Parts: sequence; C-alpha cells; structure tokens
Amino acid sequence: MKKLVLFVIFFWSIGMIIKLFFGFDSNQMEFSEILIKPNFTSWLGRDDYGRDIFYRLIDGFLNSFEIIFSVTVISSLFGISIGIISGYFGGKLDQFIRYITTLFMAFPGILLAIAFAAILDPGKFNLILALSIGGWVGYARLSRAQTILIKNLDFVKASVSMGNSDIKIIINHIFPSIRIPLIVEGTYAIAGLIIAEASLSFIGLGLQAPMASWGGMMRDSVRFLLVSPHYAIFVGLSIMSLVYCINFLGDYFNQKWDIKNNEE
Amino acid sequence: MKNSFSTIFLSSFLQVLGIFIVTFMILHLLPGDPIQVMLGESASLSDQSELRVELGLDQPIYRQIFNSISQIIHGNFGQSILTGAPIKEQILFAMKNTYILALTSLFIAIIFGVTGGVAAAKYKDTLLDKIIISSSLFFISIPHFFLGPLLMLFLSIWLGWLPISGMESSFSIVLPALTLSLGMLAIIIKMTRNCMIEIMNSDSVRTARSKGLSEWSITIHHIFRLVLIPLITIIGMQFGSLLSGAVITETLFSWNGLGMLLVNSIQMRDYPITQACIFVIAISYVVVNLFTEVLYRIVDPRMKDS
Repeated sequence: MKKLVLFVIFFWSIGMIIKLFFGFDSNQMEFSEILIKPNFTSWLGRDDYGRDIFYRLIDGFLNSFEIIFSVTVISSLFGISIGIISGYFGGKLDQFIRYITTLFMAFPGILLAIAFAAILDPGKFNLILALSIGGWVGYARLSRAQTILIKNLDFVKASVSMGNSDIKIIINHIFPSIRIPLIVEGTYAIAGLIIAEASLSFIGLGLQAPMASWGGMMRDSVRFLLVSPHYAIFVGLSIMSLVYCINFLGDYFNQKWDIKNNEE
Repeated sequence: MKNSFSTIFLSSFLQVLGIFIVTFMILHLLPGDPIQVMLGESASLSDQSELRVELGLDQPIYRQIFNSISQIIHGNFGQSILTGAPIKEQILFAMKNTYILALTSLFIAIIFGVTGGVAAAKYKDTLLDKIIISSSLFFISIPHFFLGPLLMLFLSIWLGWLPISGMESSFSIVLPALTLSLGMLAIIIKMTRNCMIEIMNSDSVRTARSKGLSEWSITIHHIFRLVLIPLITIIGMQFGSLLSGAVITETLFSWNGLGMLLVNSIQMRDYPITQACIFVIAISYVVVNLFTEVLYRIVDPRMKDS
C-alpha cells in the first residue's frame, strides 16, 4: 500500500516538474491526433479536441488543488471557531449552533453544494463558496464535541482558577488539545472534497470549459467510451488513486495517534 | 442516541422547515433580482414583470413565505418556466424512478453485503476472507462517476451483456443499480465482518455455545441480532449517499429520476423544478433518518428505557 502512495506522489511530482520547467499549454490542439492512443509524445493519449490528456490532468490537478485548498482553509477556520465557541461557552448560543448544524446535516452529500452552485454563476470563486457552505459543519461538530470533553479536564479548570481570560484558555489549552482529531477529520474531508468537486464538474456545475477539471474530463470521456476507453480509465484512475492515498493517510494518522471516536 | 421520540420528531420537523427555507427562499436571499437570474439579463421588461406576478414575487416577503408553505402542503410545486407544465407530475414520475433505483440498490447492497460479511467472518483469515476484504476496499474508494463508466465498459461494451444506458429494456436497471450499490455493499461487508468477529468472541456467545446450542442457532439468535443494530445505523447513514449518488448515476445512465431532472433543470435554468427536486430529495433523507431512529428502538430493546 505504501508503494502505491509513493508512486502517486512521485507521479504528480513529475507532473509539477514538467509544468514548472517546460511550461506546456494544456489547451493546445492537434487535430490530426484526435483521440489517439497513448504513445511516446503524448504519454496518455489525446482527447476529443486533440489535447494532451496528461497535460490536462496536471492542469486539472492544479485547479482542483487550488479549489480544495481554499475550501479547506475557509471551512476549517470557520467550522473550528464556531465549534469551539459553541462547546466552550455552551448555553443558548450552543443550542442555536447545534440547531443550525442539524439543519445543514439534513442535506445529503453534495446536494447543498449543488443547490448553491446552481444558483450562483459558474466560476472558481463561486465553486469554492458552494463547497464551503456545507464543508464547515463537520469541523464544527467535531471541535464542539472535543471542546466539551477537554473543558472539564483539570488542567483547563486550573487555568480558569488562575484567572486567565477565555480567549487565552481557548488559544493555549483548548485548541492544542483538539488539534489531532481535527487533522484526521480534515484529511478525510479533503478526500471527500476531491470527489465532491469532481462530481460538481461532472454535472456541469464546476469549472467551465476550456479550463481543465477532472470532473469535466470524466464527463467528456464517457461520451467516447466506445472508441477510446483509455481516456475515461486514465481520468478515473487519477481521481481514484489520489482519493485512496488521502484516505490511506487519514488511516495512518488515525492509527499513529490512536484516536478513539468521541463523536457519538 | 439518547434522545426521546418527541425530540427526534421535533428536530425532524425543524429540519423540514430549514430545508424549506434553504430551497424556496434561497433565490430571494441572494443578492440581485431572482427574475433576472431566471430569465437572463436580456429578457424584456414585460416578460420580467409577467413572471414576477406569476411567481408571486411582487408580494411582500411574509406573504410569499405563507403562500409557498400552503402550496407545498397541497403538493403544488408550481409550473415549469420553460414549458408551463405543472411540476407535480414530473416530480412524481421522477420520484417513482429514483425510488425504484434506490430500493433496488439498497436491496442488492443489503443481501450481498450481509452474506459476504457473515461469510468473511465465519471463514476469517482464509483466502475467501482476503478476497472479500480486498475487493471491498476497492469499491469503498471508487467514486460513482468512475465505477459507472467502468461497468459500462466491461459489462456492456466488451461483454455485451447489458444495455449501456436509457430505460428501454428491463435489464437497464442493472448497471445504474450496481453503480449505486457496490460502494454501500462494501461498507456493509466491512462492518458486518468486524462486528461479527467482535461478537463471536464475546461472553454471551461463549455462554450460548457452552449451553450446547447449535452453530446455526447461535449465529442467528445471538450474533446476528446484535449485528443488526449497527447495520441499521449504517444503512440509514448511507441512504444519504445513495440519494446524492443518484444525481451522478442517473445523469450518467440517462435514468429519468430526480437526479437527472435536477441536472437538466439546472442546465435549462428552470429554477422552480430545481427547487422542487432539492426539496424532495432532502425531505426523503430526513424521512429515512426518522424511520431509522424509530426502527433502531424497535430492534434494540435497551433503547426503550432511555
């Protein structure tokens, strides 16, 4: 399993190096080589416009990376702050936040993102917004549950009795103690986001053509399944192997830090 | 888990209210004019005002909320902007197809998942166990939009056994149902196996065995009953992914369900249909969750006390 992970990392590093040093254009078309099979000049073949599939996969990876990085930063910052505040202070505010998170949980999977992406104009910024709207809930629920566990421990009580301010306690004691489960949750969330982003592009709500996106490539490739199955297989394998590696990383963190599932 | 029935019903009711607000009020809450969003900026002013009156958007907001609630209670979702046809019939037709697909997938996943999980646990550490576990790992990590094309490629294009898409023949359901169910099947296998192994080594099973009960009777009465509880939870949780996965799978296989209706309506900018689809999918999810919670208490008598 570790070999597979290393291979995937190696593969995308080579892609990055090619992008950095040779600076290709993934939209360059070769009309004489439409849907050509893999060969030495175009390693993974070419798509229905004669564009190099490998180059488009790299650009798609970079676009996804940008979106998923932004969504993770936005939703984790927002979710964790909300969760800690809710768990630490409790009371009416906590009840209100719990109601809001339950409400968001009523939408299965990517449905909320679909709803927002459908109404907003397509584009990178709105895609990030649509994915973040549902993304913060997981972080908020986990950090709330963890904060409630931590805040009753002796070292936090000691800090309170020493007269430290709430902000100081949250930054110095609460956050460092709940950091590790959040990292594990975040890793799994990123794997889910890759699929969510690709799914949105797949149904035409993600990045618009001619920008390269894995979901968009997947949708295009299905139309040519009969003539060039390699197109769909390469795009699918790229997404799947990356998701698999990130899930593997999540399992690794989980075992390494031996986290018990506290969020019941 | 420790909630009483009344809290569960109350929270489901609040969720329904929340879903209503998100789906039907979202157009009004967003900045900009919803009419312009629907018709595009080039639409003439008379068209715009006509649609505004038709959708009741010229009335004050509390009036609009009241109107939409009373309409939805009567099952009236309004009319399509493009064709003018009532949405209710389209939604009912699509709902029927989606439920057929979802229930078939659920059925496949439960039957094969539980059998596979029990087999893997009974023959733990044999070749059979290893094959079942490693193939289920593969199906857990494969996304719907890749599994679908792969199945099309193997079963329709190369082997020619099944129709590639559409709904014409009665075998058309096999590919989309497999696509939807395999991921869930893998999760059920993994969970059933781990749970079985844990319970097989527990004191209650050892006692049952020492009483001289037959292996079969132990498996059914002592092990399987306990496996049923986490199984119901996981099926309830996975039903959500089944519904959102249906959006992708139906688009892929041209299956005329809610998911395809949703995607088509988004592409046509027919927002009343989009709203109705999202509403119906989210409500089904809440209803299934409610049903799971209730079933949970029936199967596990320990829950009744709390």
